[in-house]
Parts: sequence; C-alpha cells; structure tokens
Amino acid sequence: MNWDASSLWQFNVLLLIMLFILAIAAISIKDLVASAVIFGAYSFIMCLLWTAMLAVDVAFTEAAVGAGVSTVLVLGTALHIKRKSKD
Amino acid sequence: MDDLLLFIISKYNYWVAIILLLIGLYGMISKNNLLKKVISMAIFQSAIFLFYISIGTKQHATIPIIEHGHNGYGADHAVIDVANYANPLPHVLMLTAIVVGVATLGVALAVIQKINQVHDTIEEDEILRNMEE
Repeated sequence: MNWDASSLWQFNVLLLIMLFILAIAAISIKDLVASAVIFGAYSFIMCLLWTAMLAVDVAFTEAAVGAGVSTVLVLGTALHIKRKSKD
Repeated sequence: MDDLLLFIISKYNYWVAIILLLIGLYGMISKNNLLKKVISMAIFQSAIFLFYISIGTKQHATIPIIEHGHNGYGADHAVIDVANYANPLPHVLMLTAIVVGVATLGVALAVIQKINQVHDTIEEDEILRNMEE
C-alpha cells in the first residue's frame, strides 16, 4: 500500500485543466477533422485521469473504446462529409 | 469563510464535471453542425462518467484488486479493509455506460452520413431550408 493517489493531486488538477481546454477546443474549432482529433486527445486525457483516480478497468476500456474506436468513427465521418463547419 | 473555501476547492472534480456537462449541453443546443452536436453529446456523457468515478475514489487507497489473491489460498482468505480500496461499483456501472455510449455514437454517425448523402450538407439550417423547398 505504498502508492498514494492523494499525493498526485497536482497531476489531477493539471489533467482536469487540459480536459477543460480540449473540450472547449473540440466544439469551437471550425475544421471538423481537427475537431475529431482533439476529441480523441480529450478521450485519452480522460483515460489518464481515470488511472489517477484508481479506476484502472475503466481507464483501459476508455483507451480502447473511447480514444480508439470512437475517434476512428468520428474521423471517418469527418472525412466523408464537407470538412468545413460554419460555427 | 475559510471552511467554505476549503469545501469548494477540495471538491474540484465535481466542479470540473459540472463545467464539462455545461460545455456539452451548450454545444448540443447552440451548434449548427450535426457532427459538432454529436461530439458535444460525447463530452456530456464523459462528464457524467467523471462524476460517477469521482464518487468511487478515495484518498490513501489503492486500486480495487486484492494482492496475492491467487497465491494458493484464494481471495476469500485475504483480510480486506475496505478503506484501503477504491469503490469498484461505480467503475462497473460506467464500464457498461461507456460501451452503450460508443454504440449510440456509431448510430448517430451513421445517420449523419445518410443525411449527408441525401442533402449534401450537415448544417442544420441548410437541411431545414432544403426540406422546405
């Protein structure tokens, strides 16, 4: 029991700030492919945060399904449609 | 006053979950592009996951796996102090929710591609104008 999550609160706060910035960027950027990639980065930061919050099973599911599969799905759709968004 | 400030700061996970929830809600309501709406929906969902996982985590605890559980004795002989482990129940609930979320995301993206084939755009106002003509 020598691993203590409470000593990592700075790491947690850093990840939460990055999450906030990436969420804003993903819905405000006009290029849809860039939006999809930023959404993938958001999912990966979420995965790191869950490892820090002691939920390893959720973390590796998120890494495979969230950062992996859903990024590929959103990216595939973004490449099939018109790339520029108006807002 | 100091107690109130400490209370607000020490619950920072919940504040970020609320902020992400509102970002997702704002995107779903105000964005015109359908793909942006779907991404906002995914952000909204993950904010709810963050809230639930925040409930299950503890200070001075480790991951919910029993050490040496398969060392010839079986896990039922290990002495377990619940305060040393994070609560695994919210993790299990959120595992199911993540898989369901990817399924809804896939269906939504398939519908978007179909709309794009018919209307040749995914901007909501242009689709509505097309349908009126």
